[in-house]
This record gives sequence, C-alpha cells and structure tokens, in this order.
Amino acid sequence: MRILETQQVSKIFGGVVAVNKVDFNVEQGLVNGLIGPNGAGKTTLFNQITGMDVPTSGKIIFDGRDITGLPAWKISRYGIARTFQNIRLYCDLTVVENVMMGLHFKVGAEPFRGRFVQAVKSYFNARSENRELYEKALSWLEFFNLEGLKDEFARNLPYGNQRELEIARAMASGPKIIFLDEPAAGMNPAETEHLMGIINRIREHGVTVVLIEHDMKLVMNICDNITVLSFGQKIAEGTPEQIRTNPEVIEAYLGKEDD
Amino acid sequence: MLNFFQLIIIYAGIYALMAIGQNCITGNTGMLSLCHAGFFCIGSYATAIICKTFGLPFWFSLPVAALASGIVGFLIGVPTLRLKGDYLCIATLGLGEIIRNIATNVNPVGMMSVPRAQLFGYQFSSRNKFTFILLIWFFVLIAYILFRQLAHSRLGRAMVAVREDEVAAASNGINVTKYKIGAFTLGAAVGGTAGCFATAYTLTVQPSSFTFMVSVMVLCMVVLGGMGNLLGVILGAFIIEFISYFPQLVGLSSVIPAQASQIIYGLVLVVMMICRPQGILGRDKYRYGDPRSTFSKLRDAVKSRKGGEVKA
Repeated sequence: MRILETQQVSKIFGGVVAVNKVDFNVEQGLVNGLIGPNGAGKTTLFNQITGMDVPTSGKIIFDGRDITGLPAWKISRYGIARTFQNIRLYCDLTVVENVMMGLHFKVGAEPFRGRFVQAVKSYFNARSENRELYEKALSWLEFFNLEGLKDEFARNLPYGNQRELEIARAMASGPKIIFLDEPAAGMNPAETEHLMGIINRIREHGVTVVLIEHDMKLVMNICDNITVLSFGQKIAEGTPEQIRTNPEVIEAYLGKEDD
Repeated sequence: MLNFFQLIIIYAGIYALMAIGQNCITGNTGMLSLCHAGFFCIGSYATAIICKTFGLPFWFSLPVAALASGIVGFLIGVPTLRLKGDYLCIATLGLGEIIRNIATNVNPVGMMSVPRAQLFGYQFSSRNKFTFILLIWFFVLIAYILFRQLAHSRLGRAMVAVREDEVAAASNGINVTKYKIGAFTLGAAVGGTAGCFATAYTLTVQPSSFTFMVSVMVLCMVVLGGMGNLLGVILGAFIIEFISYFPQLVGLSSVIPAQASQIIYGLVLVVMMICRPQGILGRDKYRYGDPRSTFSKLRDAVKSRKGGEVKA
C-alpha cells in the first residue's frame, strides 16, 4: 500500500529546477531509499514533503490527504517525522528534554482540536504533565539504548549519539513515516552497522522509513525499494537488484563512457 | 537617605515587572526586541486616561493597561515576528519610537496630577513610600509566580524549543509563529502593567520619558541577570536601578553628570560579557528532565546520604 506519493512535484529556485516533476512513491512498512549524486534534489524533495518549503507545482498525498504546502508543524502532527542532514538538536537542553520536545503534541487528547483548552490545563498541571512526558521520553531513550546519557547536554554527545538522539526525538512523536536525511554521513563502519540495526528496529516497530543516503552499502543492504534522482529528475525506481544493474543509474554516478 | 533607598526599591520593582516581560520575549523565546519603552508608554497613558479623564479607580486601569499594551503587542507581533534576529531588533526599535512619537505629537505636554490609587480608602502616595513598596513588590511576586509556572509548563517548554531551534521546533509539531506572537503579547502586557504602576507612583506622564534608552535598560537587566532566569532578571533590575541612581546616592550629583550612569552600566555590561556572559545568576535552569519536586529531591538526597553512612 502506498502511504505517501508525490505527483509531478517541481521546485524552481530562480532559474534552477531543483526538483522536476517527480513522482515519488513510498510503500507502507518498507524502508524506501532515495539516492542520487550531490545536488540531485533529494533534500529539496524532503523539504517539500515535510513542509519546510512549498513546492512550485504538483501535489503531495499522505495517507489519502492532500498535504501540499501545509506548514511543517501541521504535517508533523499528521504523522510525518524527520531528521536533518546537519543535525538540529536543542543543544542547550539535556538528552531527555530533547525527546520530551518531540512529545510536544502527544500529551493530552488530540493533536489538532482543543489545543488552547489543553494548553491552559497543562499550565495548571505542569508538574504531573512533566512527569508523564518524562516517563514516556525515558522509554524512548531505552528503545535507542540512550538512557545512560539522559542527563547529558545534547551538545556534549559524541556525533553518533547525536544522530541517534535526533532519530529518537523524531520517533517520540509517534509518526507513521520517518524521513532520515543522510543518517550515516560521517559515521565509521561500526557506527553505520549500529545505525542499520536501529533502522531495522524502527521498521519492526511499524513505522515506514524513507532514507536519503550516500553510503551504498547501507542503502543496498537495508532498502526494500530505491528511487534514484539525478538533476531533479527521477531516473529509476525499483529493488536494490534492479537499481544496481540499471545503466542509467550507473551513468549518473560514474559518467558516460566515451565512444 | 532611607527615603532615597525606598525610591530605588520602588523603581527597581517597576523595572522588575518590565524585565519579567522582556524576559518572556527575549529570555524564553529568544526574540531580540527593543520596544518595551513603547509598551511602558501605552500602559502609562492607559492608566492616566482612565484615572484622570474618565475618573475611574486605579484598580480598573490595571487590567486595561495590560490589555491595551497586550493588544498593541499582538498587532505589532503579527507582521514583525516573521523576521529573525537583527532584523526583528531593528523593526521593534522602530516601532518603539513610533509609539513614543505618536504620544509626543498627540499629547506634547504630558498628563499631570493623575488621581492617586486607593485601596479600602487608603491612598497610595509617594509621600509614604513604604506602602508603595509593598504594593509594587506584591505584583512583582505575582508576576514571578505566574511566569515561573509558565516556564515550567508545556507552553514554556515549547517557547524554549523555539529559542533553541525554530526549524527543529516546527518539525516537532510546535506552531512557531503562534508561540512567538503569544510570548510577545504576554511580554507586552506585563510591560503595560509596569507603566500602570509608574503612573500611579509619579502621578504624571511625560511622553519624553519613554525613550529608546528605557528599552535598552530593560534589555540590559535581562542580559545582566541571566537570560530566562526570573530571579536573575529581578536582580538585574535592582543593579541597573542602583547604578542609575548612584551619583545621587553618594551625594555627588552636582559633580557627576547624569549621563555618567549610562557610562557605568555600559562598562558593567562590557565587563559582564567578558567575565560571565551567561549573566550573574546564569541562564534558565528549568530542568524539565527532572520532574521530581524540590522536596522529594531533598528527601532522596538525605536518604542516600544516610544509606551511605550506614554502609560505612
């Protein structure tokens, strides 16, 4: 089943067509890879989907709902979480507080209705609400084996743990689908191995994963489905086997052979 | 001399209210705003108009002053809070000046002999400073309790998220614009109440007194005491007020020109930035991560200590 699809999505920055009529399909419950050379428009496409940016044209359908051009906070409440290429943590807060921020709209009843009444209630019940959030955040830290670092400031964490924490914060919002923007960038092989385990556990948890990644070993090992972008256009889509042998993909990555 | 100390304490109270408002905007939500003098002006005028022109009691003017500057804060906030950092600073600076200029043009001479505030027939006058100290610091206490609770609640947490990283906050489902406008409105409303008390004390309103320097002074209090730290902010208000009355206090006001205090607190700020950039009491430390009450933390600490002694 398709949980998310983009229909002919384009983004034009001045004279540059960053994303050109891309149909990107995400299958529910699978790990979907999005690869392509640098500047292919992968992150731009991510930004369109997660509401960080508005597409120039085209439509984005998530879970049967048109989410094109909605603000990021709304989209995240519908169930799309993301991480960032350059890690964006709340550096001056502790690890557990970072995850608590991810739970922001999970306390109380519904993510959209009655928020103001909720906010007033939470003003008077701050302590009990904090405790509830704290427990939930701790259970997410346990899921990622980060509970030992809970009182550490986010800025003091080693790089690999910062990546994990960002994923934990995104997962805390209970998303249906999580977008990971180059999670393995700058990681050594052992850390990448560990990350693979994390992504597998996210999948087992029932959350669809969309992954931008340059590490081909990771992508080929873990993705069920791969989409390839080059110069803003989709050039291929299929299983890792199909992508590996696709001549167009090879050309995009290695260049064309001179005749 | 005692009289003079009392005066400083009263002004420190009025400015502590302003600084609590500024703290909500700058310390918690991270918006650099420089128009608190404008809100101060609106609060002062609202009180003067209600008490003198309409002849209504002071207590009625208090919520009106808060509401009036809150509404102005909201109206200013909606268009300007899309700006960030320095740009927001410049825009709010301009708006503060606009408010002052409107006041100067509409009412160039100011308003004199505003009726005194009364409570159960007792008149709060500047002759009996002690009761006025009680009045103003009672309201500072209320503001402190309310804003402390705010900082500990979900709203305060979301405000901190907005301060730390707007993009990440939005990706966590926090409506950044709403929280920014909300914080700005609240901060403006508290600035308005400060203006209300200033009028109740001096019984006059002078449009020329709401200069840009007032906004800078309030911002200095927040930076000096510690951004986001309410107690620090109140301490900052004390220190800045003390410095600005220093020449009179040591009886050298004829020797030291009034402008000298500006030099002194410029100097204080520079020294602070070099030696202790996080402010005197440090930045806010609302550890949402430890939801236990202070009492139970203390109890646990005592328990663990006893346990350790038994083992030894």
